[in-house]
Amino acid sequence: MFNRACLGLVSEDRIVDVELGQIKLFSKAIGETNPIYFDESAAKKAGLRGVKAPLTFGFCLKSLAPAKYPSNEDLGIDFSRLLHAEEKFDYFLPIYSGDRLTFSTEVEDMYEKKGGALDFLIRTTKVFNEAGELVQTQTNTLVMRNG
Amino acid sequence: MVDDEKRTHLSYDAIKVGDSLPKLKFGPINRHTLALYCGGSGDHNPIHVDSDFAKNSGFEDVFAHGMLSMAVLGRLLTGWVEQDQIRTYGVRFTSITQVHDVVTGSGEVTEKYEEDGEKRIVLDVMTKTQYGRQTLSGTAVICLTA
Repeated sequence: MFNRACLGLVSEDRIVDVELGQIKLFSKAIGETNPIYFDESAAKKAGLRGVKAPLTFGFCLKSLAPAKYPSNEDLGIDFSRLLHAEEKFDYFLPIYSGDRLTFSTEVEDMYEKKGGALDFLIRTTKVFNEAGELVQTQTNTLVMRNG
Repeated sequence: MVDDEKRTHLSYDAIKVGDSLPKLKFGPINRHTLALYCGGSGDHNPIHVDSDFAKNSGFEDVFAHGMLSMAVLGRLLTGWVEQDQIRTYGVRFTSITQVHDVVTGSGEVTEKYEEDGEKRIVLDVMTKTQYGRQTLSGTAVICLTA
């Protein structure tokens, strides 16, 4: 069961530098063919300030900079019983290599289904740029099998 | 900005509810794909790359990251419109994608509406395996204001 004491907690701010190499590797892994997602010169030619981060890359930045508190351990996450139920992005501004972003995550909800056999955890992460503008929000739903 | 120039190639008025997006096929997803995605994504959950861990957790074998299919389905969207036109993108992971599966992403226009001064459409999107099993089901909202 997820640790109910974490409900409502907001993590520390995590500052994340968006690295060109990480976007390139991600784009390769997902079979991306549009060079603005992996080729710096193609991105520059297209008038972009860096290589563009693919649609779901923000999730990776979040994974690479997990909250220290509450951490996955604090939340009682057991990876062997964990499944990813839902993920949602609300997009406000694009992300490019070279950007410096700030992530902050709130533990929004926890609830049980199927008589406690399944336990749900919802966390919302806000991503801001250096100007303090909201870049995107990510809503993450995890489910843990109990018993 | 290139994003703004290309934005006009799809017209809100010409798009109808029921229109389909061109499908996108990905795979077969092999262990190398999963290892690449593990490193590329920063999602280091061993269940996707360590078959011993997967077996000890009660699974037959490693299975694909749900977020890998979400990323592939994202490519379907950004192959159709400019990424900056996409306002929201959310999915539910409805079943596990096994290693060796081929996933096909598809999308259909389900709604047209105007909000915040923008002409927007709603897409229902999904991925299915070669066996016809749905693995992911979701929604995207796209701005088509010229």
